[in-house]
Amino acid sequence: MVVMAWLSCRGSDAMSVIGLRLRQVLVRQSPMRQGVGRKLVIGIPYLWLALFFLVPFLIVLKISFSNVQLSMPPVEPILVFAANQVVQLRIHLANFSFIFGDSLYVAAFSNSIKVAGISTLLALLLGYPMAYGIARVRGTLRNILFLLVVLPFFTSFLLRVYAWIGLLGRNGPLNALLMQIGVIHEPIQLLQTDFAVYIGMVYSYLPFMILPLYAAIEKQDLTLLEAAADLGCRPVRAFFSVTLPLTKEGIFAGCLLVFIPAVGEYVIPALLGGPDTLMIGRVVWDEFFANRDWPVASALSIILLALLSGLVLLLQRVQAAEKSAS
Amino acid sequence: MTLEVTRQQTDSHSVGSPYVRLDGLTKKFGDFTAVKEVSLDIARGEIFCLLGGSGCGKTTLLRMLAGFEAPTTGSIFIDGVDVTQVPPYERPVNMMFQSYALFPHMTVAQNVAFGLYQDGVSKDEARDRVADILGLVRLGGYEKRKPHQLSGGERQRVALARSLVKRPKLLLLDEPLGALDKKLREHTQFELVNIQNILGVTFIIVTHDQEEAMTLGTRIGVMRAGEILQIGSPTDIYEFPNSRYVADFIGSVNLVEGRLVEDEPGHVRIDCPQFGCTVFVDHGVSAPADSIVSVAIRPEKIQISRECPEGADNVVSGTITGIAYLGDVSRYLVTLATGAVVRVTLPNIFRHETRLTIEDAVWLSWHGSAAVVVTR
Repeated sequence: MVVMAWLSCRGSDAMSVIGLRLRQVLVRQSPMRQGVGRKLVIGIPYLWLALFFLVPFLIVLKISFSNVQLSMPPVEPILVFAANQVVQLRIHLANFSFIFGDSLYVAAFSNSIKVAGISTLLALLLGYPMAYGIARVRGTLRNILFLLVVLPFFTSFLLRVYAWIGLLGRNGPLNALLMQIGVIHEPIQLLQTDFAVYIGMVYSYLPFMILPLYAAIEKQDLTLLEAAADLGCRPVRAFFSVTLPLTKEGIFAGCLLVFIPAVGEYVIPALLGGPDTLMIGRVVWDEFFANRDWPVASALSIILLALLSGLVLLLQRVQAAEKSAS
Repeated sequence: MTLEVTRQQTDSHSVGSPYVRLDGLTKKFGDFTAVKEVSLDIARGEIFCLLGGSGCGKTTLLRMLAGFEAPTTGSIFIDGVDVTQVPPYERPVNMMFQSYALFPHMTVAQNVAFGLYQDGVSKDEARDRVADILGLVRLGGYEKRKPHQLSGGERQRVALARSLVKRPKLLLLDEPLGALDKKLREHTQFELVNIQNILGVTFIIVTHDQEEAMTLGTRIGVMRAGEILQIGSPTDIYEFPNSRYVADFIGSVNLVEGRLVEDEPGHVRIDCPQFGCTVFVDHGVSAPADSIVSVAIRPEKIQISRECPEGADNVVSGTITGIAYLGDVSRYLVTLATGAVVRVTLPNIFRHETRLTIEDAVWLSWHGSAAVVVTR
């Protein structure tokens, strides 16, 4: 149950932060109607978040300050009824100091950030041209392209990652293709490498990059590009000096949408990565199930959460500063 | 200093030969012909106004000049060079967009300097030229503002400065005053003409507003359904329209049909059943006798009086059925015995005039030179 809480805390936090950001990008100019309906519409999701995000988060937070003990659940309670009707609050900070003292955890964190960062960059480089293309075509073709972006969601995420095991395997189609065109002469190890992890990450999170980018590019006033051309600016240069700066918000949103879930990703490195692919999601899993050390697992989750929230706040600060400067 | 350089460049070329030449320009979008066989010569330093209702093809014509649309057939020459196939970023032409199309993420100075940097102008020179042109449009001190911090009129002037700073051979203006309110528009009209005089740039202006075309244009081309119906000075267009459409589109006019009953070289008479009389026109008409023509009489060329005027070329009687007091002038609707309604405009010269009122029986008269006969 607690692992569910951890997962939901990780997931829904990312989503709510991104929700804010997406709202800025997508529906900035639609003020809602006042009234009871408004309170209801806002109230229900907030109640949902409070029950299934805030409460589990508090449980995880509590466990992170606790100690291992042989019981069920395998943690010491924080509030202890001692003798003389005294209630003791026992907070252990040792979990946190232990994590920062062990190079394994630090390495796992930094590697997760590296993998997520590179995946985000790749998704951006791949997703921007795709979003640009979709936003610039008209009519049926646009709908078809859009459908193709969303289509993978019709299948389970887990199944799609499993499919990549088949595709990247020793006897899989990719190896066969590479041998066919003569790049290699015998099958190479693709699975259980960082390469496979990046493939899985970029593939899985690409739609989250494309959608906000599309929203930003689509609303661009094309007259601005005509104005740039009229002033002597070639199309490629106009893209970098007009289109790109004006779609910055979409780039921010897309990068956050990819980066945040990618940092804590467990399934993709577990299935496609090798034993030496050290990522924080997997470490949490191991602490939780292999070591039965709930407090350290919880503390890791809390640190991850703090790290990501800090990053998002920083980005928002930067953007706000840019806005006020203008 | 910069301005003098521009003048010298302008003067060093020969004046007289057409500066912009459109040769049989046609643009089709699928089955729809937006611009049909337009040929046109525009001289250096002219302010040429393309005037027409929405959908008449005037904007398409302008976009072809800028290079945003490729003509289906025909060619465009600017200063003797065929630019038909030249992409917009290589044309010696700048455009002021109807929406202004200012870059929202750049300051006023960056917007204006944008075109200069594309040409590789050095930072120092760009700064000087931006300052010069912003001074000319009276926006000195606005360099650091962003477009969203400006009023409509200020944005319009930034757009103008941005399109002028590269010293284009030809400036295209798409409804330049469309987004401004009436007072600001009148003011800006004169400012535009003034700037054009200083810089000597050739202007082509697209507008649907006839007043704008009249004040700005040295020549006007009236467009309809992709064709130019008439080209001429504002006076030509107003006083001598060549068709019913032009007469009706420019200003207000009384248009009646009639049959040419007397056709002499010096004058004609036209039998107009709607007026219940024959109309005397003191100039010849190039139409065969007995043909059906239209007579156009401007409302301000008709006199109105309570007594029957003597010695007038044309006189009809009627009753006032409508008055609109506009301050400087009053507009009267006079219904004739035949049921036809004639519009008459009179200036309000005296403050305490005994004004005509509704239901008054009046006589309308006009001079033989007042009416224009159009055959199409």
